[in-house]
Amino acid sequence: METIIQIHQLSKRFPVGNGEFTALNEVNLTFDKGEFTGLVGPSGSGKTTLLNIIGSLDAPSSGEVTVLGQSIAHLTHAQSAQLRNRHLGFIFQTYNLFPVYTVFENVEFALLLQHLPAAERRKAVMEALEWVGLTDKAQSRPAQLSGGESQRVAIARAMVKKPAIVLADEPTANLDSKNSHHILQTMLRLNQELQTTFLFATHDEKVMSYLRRIISLEDGRVVKDERIAAHSFIKSNS
Amino acid sequence: MIRFLIKGILRDPNRSVLPVLVISIGVFLSVLFSAWFSGVFSDMIRLNANFSTGHLKVMTRAYAENAEQMPNDLALLETGSLVADLQRQFPQLDWTQRIRFGGLLDVADAEGNTRAQGMAAGYAVDLFSPGSREAERMNIMPAIVEGRLPAQPGEALISDDFARRFKVGLGDTVTLFGSTMDGGMSFANFAVAGTVRFGMPVLDRGAIIVDITDAQSALDMQDAAGEVLGFFKSDQYEEAAALEVKTAFNARFQNDDDEFAPLMQRLNDQNGLEEYLVLSKSMSGIMIFVFIFAMSIVLWNTGLLGGLRRYNEFGIRLAMGEEKKRLFRSLIIESVVIGLAGSVLGTALGLSAAYYLQETGLDFGSAVQGGSMMMPTVFRAHIGAQTFYIGFIPGLFSMVLGNALSGLGIYRRKTAELFKELSV
Repeated sequence: METIIQIHQLSKRFPVGNGEFTALNEVNLTFDKGEFTGLVGPSGSGKTTLLNIIGSLDAPSSGEVTVLGQSIAHLTHAQSAQLRNRHLGFIFQTYNLFPVYTVFENVEFALLLQHLPAAERRKAVMEALEWVGLTDKAQSRPAQLSGGESQRVAIARAMVKKPAIVLADEPTANLDSKNSHHILQTMLRLNQELQTTFLFATHDEKVMSYLRRIISLEDGRVVKDERIAAHSFIKSNS
Repeated sequence: MIRFLIKGILRDPNRSVLPVLVISIGVFLSVLFSAWFSGVFSDMIRLNANFSTGHLKVMTRAYAENAEQMPNDLALLETGSLVADLQRQFPQLDWTQRIRFGGLLDVADAEGNTRAQGMAAGYAVDLFSPGSREAERMNIMPAIVEGRLPAQPGEALISDDFARRFKVGLGDTVTLFGSTMDGGMSFANFAVAGTVRFGMPVLDRGAIIVDITDAQSALDMQDAAGEVLGFFKSDQYEEAAALEVKTAFNARFQNDDDEFAPLMQRLNDQNGLEEYLVLSKSMSGIMIFVFIFAMSIVLWNTGLLGGLRRYNEFGIRLAMGEEKKRLFRSLIIESVVIGLAGSVLGTALGLSAAYYLQETGLDFGSAVQGGSMMMPTVFRAHIGAQTFYIGFIPGLFSMVLGNALSGLGIYRRKTAELFKELSV
């Protein structure tokens, strides 16, 4: 498999008072294309910090993180933005849709940043809405959607540019069980169809049941890295 | 992207309504006050020029020193040749003689005894020469309340207030008691051809307007006049050109020690009008500065509130890979769109109000009743080319400045906090 993320001796420290808090401590990991992986662990274990650095939202204090061949530590702000714009998708716990824009326009925004022509944008947006089953809601406003629908729009927005990697922070935390499964099945399908790498930071057991790799973090260290046979979750959730 | 931003502005009243309201109010006031001050100042300057100072004025040096006392004993002599000389040397101006004089107007009863007397401020202007524009310049025709313009020597116009107060009718004779150029007493009878009201208290209290030749004859001032006034043929005061004319004229007499040597002064040099000219020029600038300052503070705060409200939107846009400078630029574009909308609305409202004040004016008659300065009782706005664009300067600039200041927060935002911030 093609390796798309390489992490070598990654440490991240934050100043706290006169001292430092170590959020990540000499982490070594690699992620291949098409993974469906979760970072699990208690609060403060370093899950979100790791997502931040992979997502080029933050830089390592030491060590090396390479995403799609680009060293995160050496990227300028503009290059970081460019990496996120072209190759990374983000899904948040709260959906963070733009309230004044329609579903179509919310999804389209990612493509506006890429200066794509209108016809291409339209095609890609409708395709993304089809993936998440919301073509009939294209002209609705976020306020008219349920929580599950809103999160599906957020997935469409993250996926519309067909990114190599999607980073999701507790994507099901605000959803009920039924919607959570629906969302996870949608993401799993996209992972399989488009070979997009999904990285989750999660506590949610429901999410864990879908994962094919679970990386456990504790006090900024990887304490367990477990791969799960692909067929087991499909059986259990089908 | 601009279409995307405009959609956001149109659909989000918080983003558009309050700023547009603030801007349009500010622009409305800028446009209205600009037109108002322009009208008031230009009216005052025009009135002073037409009735008193001309665009340029020639007097003797001695007369100039005491001009407000109208000292006709210090008047210019041989004014006929002086005017001809000025016409030849400075043909871009119309030159005309005037005499201002004070006196007592006496109204007789049927038996010839004094029935009433009142102080009069006399204006002798060229009413009879062919091609003379003095009547037009002094706006006499519209000011006539009853009667007509004097058509022959010995006729006069008197102020309508005076005529009513002393019950003087058309065709009645009034006697002017004055002093000649040599300090002797003078008496002259004038038939009242008409009554006038200029809307200027200083004139309406008791003016008498006669032809220059009548005044020269009555005051023993043959071929003499207190003042020779010059008016640019364009009717517009041209400050730089006036300075050139004045400098050229006065240079001819600079080595002459005679106190009766002619001296030319510009409009600026008389009646304290320099300050009014400076004020009229700087008033728009002062207003624009005040409105930009005040509106920028309001819009800065509006922008800060908007920034708080749109905190998540900006966060998600940064996470999705929009560069901070691009996000900042989009805020500026939004502010330009909102600024333009507010400016157009404010300008339209301001122009409407200014047009109303231009047509009807505001009557400050009671407030300026006792004043000795030459000013109208009805103040009017004046809509000029500047009125159409002046509001756009504070409207656009304050919105962009307000948004730029509040938008600087984008550069302070840490992307590393986005996951935490956007998960709340």
